[in-house]
Amino acid sequence: MRAVYIWLCIAITVCAATAGDVLVALAMRRIGDLDELRRHRGWIQMFLRVLSSGVLFAGIFFMAIAFFSNLIGLSWADLSLMGPASAALTYITNAVAAKFFLKEVVSRRRWLATVFVFCGVLILTFS
Amino acid sequence: MVVFGSSGDALLSHGMKTSGAIDIHHLLNVFAMLPNPYILLGIFSLIVFMWSYMTALSFADLSYVMPATAISYVVMTLLSIFWLHEHVGRERWSGILFIVLGVGLVAGEPARTGDTPEPVPNVNPEEAGR
Repeated sequence: MRAVYIWLCIAITVCAATAGDVLVALAMRRIGDLDELRRHRGWIQMFLRVLSSGVLFAGIFFMAIAFFSNLIGLSWADLSLMGPASAALTYITNAVAAKFFLKEVVSRRRWLATVFVFCGVLILTFS
Repeated sequence: MVVFGSSGDALLSHGMKTSGAIDIHHLLNVFAMLPNPYILLGIFSLIVFMWSYMTALSFADLSYVMPATAISYVVMTLLSIFWLHEHVGRERWSGILFIVLGVGLVAGEPARTGDTPEPVPNVNPEEAGR
């Protein structure tokens, strides 16, 4: 039963982390390059623009769900399972979500890179 | 991102282990663990990680940033060899090789693709009125 809870936590963490990453990426794309904003308009303008983004806070809300789900999972499972298992799956779900929701051009090379990283993290998890 | 993301995870893991397991029927007990110094330090590290992550996403794609930051696993393994003098077997080295190949592949790609939406309106009332 403990294993079911652990994998349920991993599933919730992966889904919430992907939703969070996509929303934060969308918000940052709309806000623009932070370095350029800071250079041209200063720190206060940059912070105001970041803090006025509702999409960013929606992303942070989903990241918080992933964070607490991860925390609960960590109290049942080792970091060596919980961390990489959720991280490995998030690489794949993020690439899929980036293509369909953010309309990013995920080239073959990026897919290959994502699969390599997924395999590498999985090998590290279970070695 | 690499330094603060990895140290944040490790600090949180240590903090959660020292605080004990959470009962499935009392999930809100997770908030009672927040005063633990390891968990507080872990949260601070993850805030710094978050700011770096947001900065990276402001000029690069999500599908570019995610695989590129996997280099943290390589850094963690190198640290465990040279700092903690741990033995790293062939399986772990093959995992590291896969990650290095993945990061190497994505590093040659353009950081930003697709349409960039119009920036949000300026929030400064003085400038917005011009």
